[in-house]
Amino acid sequence: MTGSAIATITLTASQVERVLAAFAAPAIDQQKVRWGMVIDLKKFNELPLAKRKRVYDVCKEIHNIPIFPTAKDRVEWIWPADFEHTFPSQFNHFLPEEIENLEVPVLCNHCENPPCTKVCPTGATWKRDDGIVTMDYHRCIGCRYCMAACPYGMRSFNWRDPRPFIPKLNPTYHTRTKGVVEKCTFCVERLEKGLQPACVEASEGSFIFGDLNNLESEISKILREHYSIRRKPELGTEPKLYYLI
Amino acid sequence: MIEHAIRGGKLYWSWIALLVIIIAAGGASYYYQYQNGLTVTGMSKEVSWGLYIGNFTFLVGVAASAVIVVLPAYLYDYKKFKKVTTMGEFLGAAAVIMCMTFILVDLGRPDRVLNVVLNPRPNSVMLYDFISLSGYLLLNIVIAWTVLAYREKNKGYSTWLKILIFVAIPWAISIHTVTAFLYGGLVGRPFWNTALMAPRFLAGAFASGPSLLIISLLVMRKYTNFDPGYDAIKKIGDVVAFAMVANLFMIGAELFTVFYSAHPHHLEHFIYILFGIKEGSFVYARFVPWMWTSLILGIIAAIMLVIPKVRNEPKFLAFTCGMVFISVWMEKGMGLIVPGYIPSQWGAVVEYWPTIPESLISLGVWGIGILIFTVLAKVAIGVTLEGEKIEEEVVEEEEVVEEVEEEVVEEAKEYRCELCDAVFKSLDECCEHAEKEHKIAKASCDMACVEAAPAEKQYKCELCDAVFTDLDECCEHAEKEHKIAKASCDMVCGEVEEE
Ligand code: SF4
Ligand code: SF4
Repeated sequence: MTGSAIATITLTASQVERVLAAFAAPAIDQQKVRWGMVIDLKKFNELPLAKRKRVYDVCKEIHNIPIFPTAKDRVEWIWPADFEHTFPSQFNHFLPEEIENLEVPVLCNHCENPPCTKVCPTGATWKRDDGIVTMDYHRCIGCRYCMAACPYGMRSFNWRDPRPFIPKLNPTYHTRTKGVVEKCTFCVERLEKGLQPACVEASEGSFIFGDLNNLESEISKILREHYSIRRKPELGTEPKLYYLI
Repeated sequence: MIEHAIRGGKLYWSWIALLVIIIAAGGASYYYQYQNGLTVTGMSKEVSWGLYIGNFTFLVGVAASAVIVVLPAYLYDYKKFKKVTTMGEFLGAAAVIMCMTFILVDLGRPDRVLNVVLNPRPNSVMLYDFISLSGYLLLNIVIAWTVLAYREKNKGYSTWLKILIFVAIPWAISIHTVTAFLYGGLVGRPFWNTALMAPRFLAGAFASGPSLLIISLLVMRKYTNFDPGYDAIKKIGDVVAFAMVANLFMIGAELFTVFYSAHPHHLEHFIYILFGIKEGSFVYARFVPWMWTSLILGIIAAIMLVIPKVRNEPKFLAFTCGMVFISVWMEKGMGLIVPGYIPSQWGAVVEYWPTIPESLISLGVWGIGILIFTVLAKVAIGVTLEGEKIEEEVVEEEEVVEEVEEEVVEEAKEYRCELCDAVFKSLDECCEHAEKEHKIAKASCDMACVEAAPAEKQYKCELCDAVFTDLDECCEHAEKEHKIAKASCDMVCGEVEEE
């Protein structure tokens, strides 16, 4: 009786800490790895159409992403968008045409301060120590609160059973069931093997992936040397996906 | 106590049968949704919450407010509400059950719903919503049931019950506030991300919940022997009036802020609901008629409610309450949820409209709630009427009229057989007679046995002490002689009992 009471109290104390931590922007820990990505839009847009398409397709193929006949059901991790809608606060009517017409690949920003994980009632989505926001498809109850919370619309829900709609099954990667949410994971399964994310590999150098905490990494150097922008930075979510224009 | 639920007339059973059919249709549609996934709804990648969450949001309001209006009865011993308290609580309980069912049918993986409690995440508002809703359901059922049990045994309230009642009041406010925070706390949704969310919710709730309560009480008055007294209904009507005005005021404040400051990301959602979004030659305007209907109904209802003469007129009350209810349902239901997603966070305008299975499921959930409320209300009515019958002389109301305390004593009721005009002292006697003489089954004896109006009732004009045998006569007299409008004639015409 007393034992369980004490256990409850300690549990509550640790939970209180977690609540507080969830409301405060976490201090950036310089010791750990913190994965981030830079997309060089000019370089990417110079690629021929087929190569650009490959960047999106490779993700679909290796992650067993279904292709549904109806647009409303679609599941996507990375897709092409335009400048105006991706960067609504950077848009103006006198943008040079080549910027206005840029094709902008969008994917989960792996926010440093992610609103999506904050709202999840089950802990089915959370931020890992290396900064990647990931999903547990076995825990997700499909409430779609995270979809309401993500300010970028980067999450997809399995409105129907995805398995019959996977064009070619990749047996080394899992499939999802109907009723759960999914999104880009920065290819954690590849990072574990020491590989780069698949889209980065297919992008012919226009995507740069690396450790933002390491001042010597390529990504940190590029960010220091170029002016970069992020999506809706005014919301305080601190995206770790940067764009060069 | 529970036996009252299975003792009913033809009307009662046909009503139950109708509800069961609606629930069955909803159940079948839900099976279809469960098999095929939520793709059978109108929801999409862009609009990922729709009719279900809209109804959930609205019903949280009903749940909270139906109770709060009747709680003063316990706290301040406000006698006029004595008979409606249990109804309020049962309505609240039924509404909470509907809320939970709506969440359940909205989940992609309802089989895992317990993950919310097995893996609780204290940073998610949804956890607190879950706790507050389930706690609230428990509180309501325990309180209402105990009160009824006490009433059956004619006992006073015990201390623990009073404590529970005290807890229930802030709890009711909390379910509402927490639900508002569910939306208000999202930085990425400018349509919801406003501190006004919780107050707006409360105001809307205090208009819609009591309206529903009034409508149900009026229905009960009409179809059963249960009479909560028009005074109590009128008092609840006052609450509706204030709340509806506050609700419209807050909507106005919201609209001013959005349109005058014109922050584009806030503005676009409001443009969508009020005028539609133009893209090329096409206008996305599916929600425009919806929102305007709600606004116009709300404004008309508010005007009718603030004029006391109109508000207190029994003829209009059901009608205005119906308008309030529909207006708030449209505005705090789908009208609050769906436009938050249009345009989407990446600027796409994709519209939403519920599909047939989705609507049938929603209707089914409403059916469940109404069925639960009907059964609970039936029990409450049964217990209350029985109590009235047993008590020889019940002190009903203590009305202070011009500082003179008047005690109105209600006579024991009489029952008359409609078929042969025989009069009996109790309903049971009359039922027995109906069965023996007219071959009417006991279950439907309410068709034959009606309460006989005590013939001794008289009305007295307070201003000149003239006595009338019916209220209308007295009102006419008041109008002619004392220039008192008929609508407020209850101020001068009081019931008197002849010795
Ligand atoms: S982009 Fe959206 S899904 Fe990705 S971490 Fe940020 S809030 Fe979450
Ligand atoms: S849909 Fe799944 S991941 Fe998203 S908030 Fe709900 S439980 Fe968490």
